[in-house]
Amino acid sequence: MPRFLRLLFWIAVSLLGALALATIALHRGEQINALWLVAAAVCTYAVGYRFYSSFISAKVLALDPLRATPAERLDNGRDFVPTNKWVVFGHHFAAIAGPGPLVGPVLAAQFGYLPGTLWIIAGAVLGGCVQDFVILLFSVRRDGKSLTEMAKSEIGRVGGVVAYVAVLSIIVILLGAVALIVVNALRSSPWGTFTIAMTMPIAVLMGVYLRRIRPGKVLETSVLGFALVLAAIVGGQWVSETPSWAAIFTLTAPTLAVLIIIYGFAASALPVWLLLAPRDYLSTFVKLGTISLLAVGIVALRPSLHMPPLTRFADGSGPVFAGTIFPFAFITIACGAISGFHALIASGTTPKLIRREPEIRFVGYGGMLAEAMVAIMAMIAACVLQPGVYFAVNSPAGIVGQAPEAAANTISSWGFPVTAAQMATLAHAVGEQTLFNRTGGAPAFAVGMAQIFSNTLGGHAVMALWYHFAIMFEALFILTIIDAGTRVGRFMLQDALGHIWKPLGRTSWYPSILFTSAVIVAAWGNFLWQGIKDPLGGINSLWPLFGICNQLLATVALCVATTIIIKMGRARYLFVTLVPLCWLVAVTFTASWHKVLDPNPRVGFLSHARQLAAAGANPRLILNDRLDAAVTGVLVVMVAMILIESTLECLRIISGSKSAATKEVPFVMTRLAVEEQA
Amino acid sequence: MTPRTCSADTPVREKLEARVTKAIFAAIVRSFAVLVEALREIFDESAYERFLIRSRLQSSPDAYAIFRRENEQAKLRRPRCC
Repeated sequence: MPRFLRLLFWIAVSLLGALALATIALHRGEQINALWLVAAAVCTYAVGYRFYSSFISAKVLALDPLRATPAERLDNGRDFVPTNKWVVFGHHFAAIAGPGPLVGPVLAAQFGYLPGTLWIIAGAVLGGCVQDFVILLFSVRRDGKSLTEMAKSEIGRVGGVVAYVAVLSIIVILLGAVALIVVNALRSSPWGTFTIAMTMPIAVLMGVYLRRIRPGKVLETSVLGFALVLAAIVGGQWVSETPSWAAIFTLTAPTLAVLIIIYGFAASALPVWLLLAPRDYLSTFVKLGTISLLAVGIVALRPSLHMPPLTRFADGSGPVFAGTIFPFAFITIACGAISGFHALIASGTTPKLIRREPEIRFVGYGGMLAEAMVAIMAMIAACVLQPGVYFAVNSPAGIVGQAPEAAANTISSWGFPVTAAQMATLAHAVGEQTLFNRTGGAPAFAVGMAQIFSNTLGGHAVMALWYHFAIMFEALFILTIIDAGTRVGRFMLQDALGHIWKPLGRTSWYPSILFTSAVIVAAWGNFLWQGIKDPLGGINSLWPLFGICNQLLATVALCVATTIIIKMGRARYLFVTLVPLCWLVAVTFTASWHKVLDPNPRVGFLSHARQLAAAGANPRLILNDRLDAAVTGVLVVMVAMILIESTLECLRIISGSKSAATKEVPFVMTRLAVEEQA
Repeated sequence: MTPRTCSADTPVREKLEARVTKAIFAAIVRSFAVLVEALREIFDESAYERFLIRSRLQSSPDAYAIFRRENEQAKLRRPRCC
């Protein structure tokens, strides 16, 4: 394209993005179309990718097309494989996209659509994408080293220990939080429970087919498995309408929690690849398919947003979770804007597949932009609901009351009209007994998604099928995260314990497997149990705690990146990682202060513990609050240590008292550039 | 007015249209091929193929079992994102 036309094109994209942003930011009173959110995000992301990531590539990181990557140098056809950039992009996106970008925006929608949307747009372009991009490059230049290893070698021993503790903590809290989401989505739901239960025999069938009949044909097997899951969703309706079967699959929250805890332990301790590997494939297949379907549905239907841009809960009195927009909107939406967990993926499998250095920009920066688009879609799914319905689904019984009439009256008194009859009709339409107090974000997302789809495909007659499809999709890949996360946590614990007593570090020694699996499951099981016993719904405490952990991990990743940039002699471009780092420090430290010390019992763990103690509540509930406060406090202190260590290291280099030696592997000329030219 | 032609009877426009259609079709085919390739990588089919080439084996239940055992150790340590 001629330079002039290119210029015109980018001016047009920028103007459209500015118009869309102005529309969503300044529009008041009337509903706006969801496509304004999509336009604002797409245009901003396009401009960010074209100009900002290009600037980072050229000036800050100096991506070198002549430098051989570890995938080329260490190619072994197994871990290190030079791979087409689109294929790596798909692989990377499938690894980073989890329930976070779906749940976080749904919860943050209690502030209205504006704060969350602006954070997803700006946070991704200036923070999340930058983090993923730079960590991926630094890992590539260190032969695919993990974040923990880079923290240790570039910052020091403290950096390594803090990164290790942060990673383990985030895994434990993440598993507790996502398990609670599944429990809240499936409790008293025979249809949903039946569908999820059926995925187990389906996975075993897939395993047999994959191993005995068509070895290695995973895609084909996943398509067959998907067809069976669809049949299970249809069968779930029959189960829910047959009293004898419905009674079997109608489970309480504690029963579901115990079942999930047993499942997590079994998945970690037993060699059950026949079940788990096919389920993992099935979950990925459903995830990619559903995200694509949702994107098509939103663009095709162009729904209107019923949620106002800002709600009265900006003051911190929200029923979904308590706390003001700053800092709580920014820790509630982590994965869609900036997520420390991505740094683990960007320094895990992905760097070992990158063929040429310039492709890192597309995979690292571009992959995060795709994830941010998923978060925008989740925000839309939550905001197409009538606000009264949204709050009825997401508010815990402890805030709005147990009885439907009482809950509807409370929510209506906030200015979001809803009636018990309206909720009963909606619950009937989606095949549930009730939709009140279904906290956790997943049911609200499922109702929103069902509403979008039922207006395009099949009409209201199939709304229940769409709802249960969405619940199955979320529960399936959350369960996959639970089994994978428990195993990863178990390995990390075994690695650490191996330094104390060697046999405990042997990953094939069964007593060690059982012991470490039990420790990890007990750790996240405790958070899960705490969540289901919490009268405020649990997610009120667990999701902010998870958000704080995730953003603290991002703080660690950006500390590592900032230190390396200084060592590379690029201190004048420090703002690229320093600005998001300062923002995250402000957000996470403020949020942690509020969660530990805020005098409002709905926000602060310690004041809540004091309130419970004064009321003579169960000592276990009081202990839970104190435990949450202690976990938050320890993490903040550790991250403060890495910040100090990193700052001192940077100052030593800038002042010249230490030589700026990075731990990059030496330059080796690539052969691929010559081959491509030939 | 007689249309401009670049060969005996073919108008330039028709030829251009045919070229654009061909290019679009080729782009669609290429995109589909990349999509399939990405899915094969995500679902470990490519990894299995590489394993078969590396170990000079034919695809069979036994070969797949060996591949799974080899692949599992690396896969088990892979974190899944939130």
